[in-house]
Amino acid sequence: MRISFSEWTKSGSPWVWLNAGAVAISIIMVVGLLALIAVRGLGHFWPADVIQADYEENGRQRTIIGELVEREMVPAPQLRGAGIEVPEGVEAMARDLIKVGNRDFGSADFIWAMDHFITHTQRPAMLFAAERLEWGNFYGYLREVKEAGQSVGRHTGYEKTQEYLTLWAEFQQRIDRVLDIREQILSIEKKDIGSINYEIERLRLKERSLDLEQSTDTAAYAKIEARRSELNAEYEQLQQRLTDLYQQINRDTFVAEIADGREVEIAVAKIVRAFLPNDMGLAAKIIHYAEKVWEFLSDEPREANTEGGIFPAIFGTVMMVILMSVLVTPFGVIAAVYLREYAKQGFITRLIRIAVNNLAGVPSIVYGVFGLGFFVYFLGGHIDDLFFPEAKPSPTFGTGGLMWASITLALLTVPVVIVATEEGLARIPRAVREGSLALGATKFETLWKVVLPMASPAMMTGVILAIARAAGEVAPLMLVGVVKLAPSLPLDTNYPYLHLDQKFMHLGFHIYDVGFQSPNVEAARPLVYATALLLVVVIALLNFSAIAIRNHLREKYKALEM
Amino acid sequence: MSLDQTTAAPDLDFTTSASRRLRQRRMLQDKLAAGGIAVGGVSVIIAVVMIFFYLLYEVAPLFKPAQVEPWHVKGAPLAPYTVPGSQSDTLYLAVEEQAEIGFRISADGEMVFFRAAGGELIDSERLDLPEGVEISSFAVLSEASRIFAFGLSNGEIRVLRHSYKATYPDGQRVLTPHLEHPLGEAGIQVANGPIEKLAITNNGDRWGVAALSDGQINFTRLALTENLFTGETSVDRSEKQLPSLGLKPRKLLLTPDLAWLMASAADGKIAVVNLRGEPEITQLFDASEGQITSFQLLLGANSLLLGDDKGKLSQWFFVRNDQGAPELTQIRDFEHSGDAIVSLTTEQRRKGLVSVDNNGALALYNATARRTAFNEPLFDGPVGHIAMAPRSDALLVEQNGKLSYWHVENEHPEVSWSVLWEKVWYEGYDEPAFIWQSSASNNDFEPKYSLMPLAFGTLKAAFYAMLLATPLAICGAIYTAYFMVPGMRRKVKPFIELMEALPTVILGFLAGLWLAPFMEANLAGIFAALVVIPIAVVGFGFTWQNMPERIRFLLPDGWDAALLIPVVILATWFALGIAVPLEQLLFNGDLRTWLSNEAGISYDQRNALVVGIAMGFAVIPTIFSITEDAIFAVPKHLSYGSLALGATQWQTLTRVVLPTASPGIFSALMIGMGRAVGETMIVLMATGNTPIMDVNIFEGMRTLAANIAVEMPESEVGSTHFRILFLAAFVLFLFTFVVNTLAESIRQHLRKKYGSL
Repeated sequence: MRISFSEWTKSGSPWVWLNAGAVAISIIMVVGLLALIAVRGLGHFWPADVIQADYEENGRQRTIIGELVEREMVPAPQLRGAGIEVPEGVEAMARDLIKVGNRDFGSADFIWAMDHFITHTQRPAMLFAAERLEWGNFYGYLREVKEAGQSVGRHTGYEKTQEYLTLWAEFQQRIDRVLDIREQILSIEKKDIGSINYEIERLRLKERSLDLEQSTDTAAYAKIEARRSELNAEYEQLQQRLTDLYQQINRDTFVAEIADGREVEIAVAKIVRAFLPNDMGLAAKIIHYAEKVWEFLSDEPREANTEGGIFPAIFGTVMMVILMSVLVTPFGVIAAVYLREYAKQGFITRLIRIAVNNLAGVPSIVYGVFGLGFFVYFLGGHIDDLFFPEAKPSPTFGTGGLMWASITLALLTVPVVIVATEEGLARIPRAVREGSLALGATKFETLWKVVLPMASPAMMTGVILAIARAAGEVAPLMLVGVVKLAPSLPLDTNYPYLHLDQKFMHLGFHIYDVGFQSPNVEAARPLVYATALLLVVVIALLNFSAIAIRNHLREKYKALEM
Repeated sequence: MSLDQTTAAPDLDFTTSASRRLRQRRMLQDKLAAGGIAVGGVSVIIAVVMIFFYLLYEVAPLFKPAQVEPWHVKGAPLAPYTVPGSQSDTLYLAVEEQAEIGFRISADGEMVFFRAAGGELIDSERLDLPEGVEISSFAVLSEASRIFAFGLSNGEIRVLRHSYKATYPDGQRVLTPHLEHPLGEAGIQVANGPIEKLAITNNGDRWGVAALSDGQINFTRLALTENLFTGETSVDRSEKQLPSLGLKPRKLLLTPDLAWLMASAADGKIAVVNLRGEPEITQLFDASEGQITSFQLLLGANSLLLGDDKGKLSQWFFVRNDQGAPELTQIRDFEHSGDAIVSLTTEQRRKGLVSVDNNGALALYNATARRTAFNEPLFDGPVGHIAMAPRSDALLVEQNGKLSYWHVENEHPEVSWSVLWEKVWYEGYDEPAFIWQSSASNNDFEPKYSLMPLAFGTLKAAFYAMLLATPLAICGAIYTAYFMVPGMRRKVKPFIELMEALPTVILGFLAGLWLAPFMEANLAGIFAALVVIPIAVVGFGFTWQNMPERIRFLLPDGWDAALLIPVVILATWFALGIAVPLEQLLFNGDLRTWLSNEAGISYDQRNALVVGIAMGFAVIPTIFSITEDAIFAVPKHLSYGSLALGATQWQTLTRVVLPTASPGIFSALMIGMGRAVGETMIVLMATGNTPIMDVNIFEGMRTLAANIAVEMPESEVGSTHFRILFLAAFVLFLFTFVVNTLAESIRQHLRKKYGSL
């Protein structure tokens, strides 16, 4: 049956369709956003081909070597405005963002090139990419490997030959050796020397507190002094070993040819990983991918957080969330039990309930301000005065740290737990409680043995939602203890093992910091997408489990609701 | 089960001591638990309520009036003591940083340092003058510089500075005062006869001296150069004769940029001389109806303070006039009792001033805030010199040959209602304005604490976010609740709600690093999409309606949304595709250039549109979820009744369902608004964070929340800035709390109403 447009409009159907369109747009936005993060985040670890091409711009000819990162269409007038020759009749031209690396040998590691002027694009097998400790990626042809300044092999061709591969294997072997030594160095620097420094600092504080007490206990002073000289001796020894290791690690160098034909010499010690992306098969690429993902999850950041992993941020987030849940669970549950089971139901309780509900809607930055003012400056300042006078003037708890961050977030999420738990308690039928009381159980016994176990899934839901909220919250943390780079993890082998006063790294803040405060945003961007993806996945999982638990709970007690 | 079985039953004894103990233990346990839970529950609630009171506690000192009371020594108030040093008249009084040592210069050239609390002499020095030469005038460079100059009867000046060195023998602070000679010990000739009036100023190593001698004002510039090798300083000088001022100067003032000389006469006239180039009188006018009694520069030397015997106290600075020339203009006057101002001094760290009038009333003002922090008659009758300590915590007052020492507590005079919410005329600006600029590198900076740009930015961001979120979320909710098949609804609703849990830092990061550049490149495409998508949706709907029935019935009612997903994607793609030709056609090829060149609209990459989209995204789930609940909760018999009477689906929806659900929808919008107002990370990352007041959608803003996040970590604890940030947090707290409570009570009301249906 055909209907005319005016009739159709009169029936209101266009509006229905527009409403349906709104749902469609919302779903597309959500899916698109998740897909964008997923594609960019996961794509980063895949070894991209390295291209070599000729590029001519405004009469200047050069060779470029690098990875193609992005392509965009630019309208012709904009290009003409920028002084680029655009053929007549062309409305827009493709422009490529190419990561050329070699920041220490050129000016920028990313360049924009007009796709139109790129010619002779090829993917030579022996073109290698190297990740380095500093200066970002390196791209070039391996030319020579040197040991203590003496050449151990040299090759000048560009083709994949047996000879070239031998040199490459030699290079790889030396990288493995360097990695091995670096691990030893790190272990000494971080663990051994770290703990010695930590103990020396503790001795200094002990001595200072003796000074403050105006103690005349010379034995105590002598003991401190003895221990200190012991530690200093140990330190000397370790320092000696370190010097040794550093000498060893700096033994090898290699020479490589870069895009402009220059040969440059670089220490092997600076290399983290070198590979031939164009020569890799699918299996090799998958292995490389897995390695990179693992590095991302387990390693520490390098180069102002733009390379390497995010392990400290994951660790800090988890630590903070655990501490927060330890705090928020009992208090939230007690408050909910009080409101629902013990307090007299009346105007006041209703008022409190509305207030608690609304606190969940108070901006998180307000909690941050409260945390900074009350916890950090007020409580922390007093704790320092009372318990850590020896460390003054540098603050111990009088500055942002893990503990204050956890407490602040616990306060922020306590309404979530209260609301969820109350909801769970309200769902438990009265008959169950009355049955228990009729059997002679006290009120507490009823609560402890009957009501709470039945409400436990609701509590779980509340805690999980609280964790999901806390894990993604950044604004208050910026005020109460998150830093861009923490020198050490808040949990280590030095007494007292858990350092509540330490500042920590956080995934959410990491995204903000690397994405917006980093000196090289272009280089850092893929890593930010990866971090964002990780955070989204964690939070989505937490939420899904909360929803699953809630549904399970509803099923379970359906039978009881008569 | 028979009866006698029950009666014969358990041979239990409930009164054994063991069971009594058990019972007691259980009762005790129950009581303890009840107590514990009550204490725990109440304390959690108190902790939560405490946020409110703590914020209030931090904000309250901002509005506390100042206090002035006699200085206490060992618990007893200090009595006035005789002026230390020579008996001749006081030229100048000062107090040093720690408020321990006072400094007095008398007319005979004696300079004494004394204990400010008590008057015991510490050190004294007399200006070393040749035979027959006398002190004929005196000038202070500025309170903060501690530099002063004597003008002598032989036409020379001597420049000195009072200075204090702190040493810590035995861990105790000991201050040792001494005098320095910034321009050397020898006198510098600046006039040919006795100097009657003197003004001195400096700007780094460039000094300026104006000396009135024999009716002639001589302006001398001195440039200090230090020889790098010998370390000796030499003075280069140049002189200018000023034209006759047309008044008899009572006081001269020079500005540190060596550009202006101002002179006041007894009859209330002021003359302003431009010293750049050939000296020229630019203004000569009656500034006061009475006699000018006080004539001073405010901290930073940008403002002139003027007090007269009619009791008028006013602030003046240079403002560009219609011709674009700087003109000394009265900016504001301070409320005063109306008695003649007899003494005036300025604060050394803030734009504050202290005056005493003929009645002996002491008043503390802040210039920027136009606030009178204190005004009480502390003295009997007029006083002589007054001196404010650098930290503005102590006041030294001379009266009838006695000195009294006062403790001043005036923490935050620079805040008032008008500073926070009204236009304020700041130094160096041509008109009053709303400005937020909390800190700068220099000491004499005038802090600008207007919360208006921030509140405006907050509302602007929330407005654009709501502009996007409201139609999408409400339309989506209507469809989901009313038209969608239940099976699909069960999937769609949690999916959109999941978005609420998405960390805003991720939205902000995408908005700043992906959406902002994308939008800059595809601005025309995005606007095209706004038009194309609805047309495509409606067009598709119409086409679908006219499809043969066998195709149309493939998909049951309520699955339209799924059908539209590819339509919307295609429409978006099409809109982006036609953007380039469209731009060629309408905007000379590039919309952005056209905007700035033709329409005069400036474009920031991170602008309100980006924030609107990103934050709209964040509030859509909130609004969607609550609206959907409200519509879904409308009893079905209402809509069935309407449909049975012959209304169409759409009529039923708009006439029956939506009016019933409207309070719920309203509360959803309020809660969404609350969320948009308090959101921090998205705004922080997706705008340039410039505190401007401009409704332009293509420019950024700074919101209250983002401002806190940016400035809080750098702000000094307890400072005015710190407390104003707390105030901003308090405002946010109150706003969201009130909005949410309102929304919540509407929702409760709605629930009750439906309960009766």
